[in-house]
Amino acid sequence: MRLSKFAPRHAVNAGERKTTSAMIASIAPDGIATRNAPFGHTLARLAHERLGIVGLTADLAKYTDLHVFAQEHPDRFYQMGMAEQVLMSAAAGLAREGFTPFATTYAVFASRRAYDFICMAIAEENLDVKIVCALPGLTTGYGPSHQATEDIAIFRGMPNLTIIDPCDALDIEQATEAIADYKGPVYMRLLRGKVPVVLDEYDYTFQIGKARLLRDGADVLFISSGLMTMRVLEAAKALEADRIDCAVLHVPTIKPLDTDAILAAARRAGRMVVVAENHTMIGGLGEGVAGLLMREGVTPVFRQIALPDEFLDAGALPTLHDRYGISTSEIVRRVRKWVK
Amino acid sequence: MPRAGSNVGLAERAYRIRRHAVRMGQVQGQGYVGQALGVADVLAVAYFHALRYRPTDTRWEGRDRFLLSIGHYAIALYAALIEAGVLPEEELETYGTDDSRMPMSGMAAYTPGMEITGGSLGHGLGIAVGMCLGLKRKRSGSFVYNLMSDGELGEGSTWEAAMSAAHHRLDNLIAIVDFNNQQADGPSTAMLSSEPVTDKFEAFGWHAQRVDGNDIEAVRMAFDLARGLKEPRPRVIVCDTRMAKGVPFLESRDIAHFIRVEPHEWTLALEALERGRSH
Repeated sequence: MRLSKFAPRHAVNAGERKTTSAMIASIAPDGIATRNAPFGHTLARLAHERLGIVGLTADLAKYTDLHVFAQEHPDRFYQMGMAEQVLMSAAAGLAREGFTPFATTYAVFASRRAYDFICMAIAEENLDVKIVCALPGLTTGYGPSHQATEDIAIFRGMPNLTIIDPCDALDIEQATEAIADYKGPVYMRLLRGKVPVVLDEYDYTFQIGKARLLRDGADVLFISSGLMTMRVLEAAKALEADRIDCAVLHVPTIKPLDTDAILAAARRAGRMVVVAENHTMIGGLGEGVAGLLMREGVTPVFRQIALPDEFLDAGALPTLHDRYGISTSEIVRRVRKWVK
Repeated sequence: MPRAGSNVGLAERAYRIRRHAVRMGQVQGQGYVGQALGVADVLAVAYFHALRYRPTDTRWEGRDRFLLSIGHYAIALYAALIEAGVLPEEELETYGTDDSRMPMSGMAAYTPGMEITGGSLGHGLGIAVGMCLGLKRKRSGSFVYNLMSDGELGEGSTWEAAMSAAHHRLDNLIAIVDFNNQQADGPSTAMLSSEPVTDKFEAFGWHAQRVDGNDIEAVRMAFDLARGLKEPRPRVIVCDTRMAKGVPFLESRDIAHFIRVEPHEWTLALEALERGRSH
């Protein structure tokens, strides 16, 4: 029997500000520029020209931003109900008939519940299905039922499947267009709702399979994907005050990895390599990069910033990101400690 | 395109499908021959009465799609595809061997006429739903047939797909359940009973029929009814079949899910089929 891990907790003190674990909690801090539903708006726009695009969801159109597409193209939208297995197999069937289905749900449901259907009906057949999933990693405070902390570990072993983990609204918009043009199965992690815009400051264009050096630096090389790229960019700025000079290599395609770019960056002597990802330590970008470096005989000092191999707590996202070490302040604190 | 044949013609087709399957089993010394013998009559009706297809152009857009959800029944479908002229008869010698187009379990990438990769059970009906949606988008008149097993009724995904098909009013979907009451660990109804099967499908919004799957005339009429129905509902034909039908000494054996017979028994089986043919 599993006992509560918390001591009995009584009412909070009067006047104390309560944090929330609300599902809709945005990953965007106050005051940052955002765009609303970048995936939904981009897909709706693309569908005007690409007539084969259809959208499917399993009762999560509003929560995967697919409702924007559904409103603009109601005749090309299929509500499949709360049924992820038929969501994936029906997407396979539509792809077999020549369409390009975008199937959306939460990352937990795609990876845990519908794995076999993605693997055998879609990936083994190399079908043109795009699986776009909200709440990747730790982006909800609802606890393990909704936290897809191991989705990349689950999917990395699946042949044929391209895995994308975009960073911000700009990245999502460009990635959506790129995967619509790409022939073959894709799993994309999605930040939905109001999504920060950060990569506009950098000379950046998303390309499937390409990593991009966003800034250079002599002491630390961050290798990161997804929302962790925005965090390490902020951390790199903060670490300048400590005279720690950080490079950031953004790796939005987890599979296939851009091995050339990663090896070239990691080979530069004197830099600690810190892989940062919104995912468990096990089986994600960090271990992918570590395996690559070991196979190629590149052995820098290597550190991982990732979620622990645990079922995570419920709670407010800012609290949890601090608790599990993926907030900007925690990244800064750890890197300071490692460099000294 | 094959023409609708007489009942005598269909019985002959079923005989030949059985013979092809037994010969493939003979080559490998093993296989899901019991299932193939059981479902041969259904396949004969499907391929020589109901389906529209072009044997030399298996990707013809106007074809009816026939999905083998039960990948382990591949030997049965190979036998039908050989009889239909999609695969050359000589090739049955390669069944289950390295680099053959006819692997033990059915996979789309290997075999012309194999529409999907089955085998992981409970996939076919969901894929059929998507194909039916796609065909409707294209305003195609083609049907999607999905051949599944009674064992697959234990998979929850089958029922997700069943609900979905009715919800989307997929009148271009015809599911066929080969009900031989046999799965890996024993009788299907003793593993996880799906009875009453037709009631379940009807409750899910389907048009359901149940027939003796080894009565060719009954199967033919059921296919005709399923195709001709004007209701906006998916259709299912539950076919009660007998494992190893046509080879009495195997039919009466307490048959295993995956049969291995003594080498000399393959010849006996072919002889038994031949004797049955003249009836």
